[in-house]
Amino acid sequence: MASTIRVRATSSGETTEVQALIQHPMDSGFVKDAKGEIIPPHFIQQLTFEYDGKNVFTADWGGGVSKDPYVKFAFKGGKKGDDLKISWVDNKGATDTTTAKIQ
Amino acid sequence: MTDVGFSATRRLILQGAGAVALLGLGNLPFGPTGALAAANDKYPEEAFKAKSEADAIKALYGKTAEASDKVKMDAPEIAENGAVVPISVTTTLADVTSISFLVSENPVVLVATYRIPAGTLPNVANRIKMAKTSNVIVVVEAGGKLYSANKEVKVTVGGCGG
Repeated sequence: MASTIRVRATSSGETTEVQALIQHPMDSGFVKDAKGEIIPPHFIQQLTFEYDGKNVFTADWGGGVSKDPYVKFAFKGGKKGDDLKISWVDNKGATDTTTAKIQ
Repeated sequence: MTDVGFSATRRLILQGAGAVALLGLGNLPFGPTGALAAANDKYPEEAFKAKSEADAIKALYGKTAEASDKVKMDAPEIAENGAVVPISVTTTLADVTSISFLVSENPVVLVATYRIPAGTLPNVANRIKMAKTSNVIVVVEAGGKLYSANKEVKVTVGGCGG
């Protein structure tokens, strides 16, 4: 299956800007479907970014983050061509991981 | 340790693991559910159950925040679609270790909390859901203290309720 994670990491020399877009329903557990039944909670709880063996950013999310979540941040350092590792885990224990090249 | 002690311990662990699996929380098998979870790499379960911003901030950080004009929030005046509200924050504060986003009127007040290690810039953009018109609160932890910014965002179509 194709990865659920799309990442764009761009180095400006001093800093690397990271934008990530993840395919996930992010169901909060408060919304009802067409039949009036509650859609059970299903959302990413933790998203981590690792560069050069070190954590550079961690997101802890609740069901209040929008569907197909987007996040942007930046860190100092990061070289073009180096790997950035991204992983998430949701409240059902599902996970996905990908590695992106810094551009 | 005696054989009896060992097997009793093992049974407890197995029971614990079973209960966790049944609850579908397999990713947090033995994580603490207590406060100050933001200080380590555990998911702050309790903070994401809080129904008020004060409770959520207390569960996350164990202290209270003071308003600061050094925390700049960029949020729309009016969000046409409460399901996708773009919010970003930047700050000139030094030694930022954490940034959190809260929506007072959401059923779960805490939306997201980000851990900022040394070397990562204190700027975060994300997209959140808003049930209705509400105050959006951003909390920044810097040098062990909490600073916050507030903004009311009007929502025309809610994104959380059915």
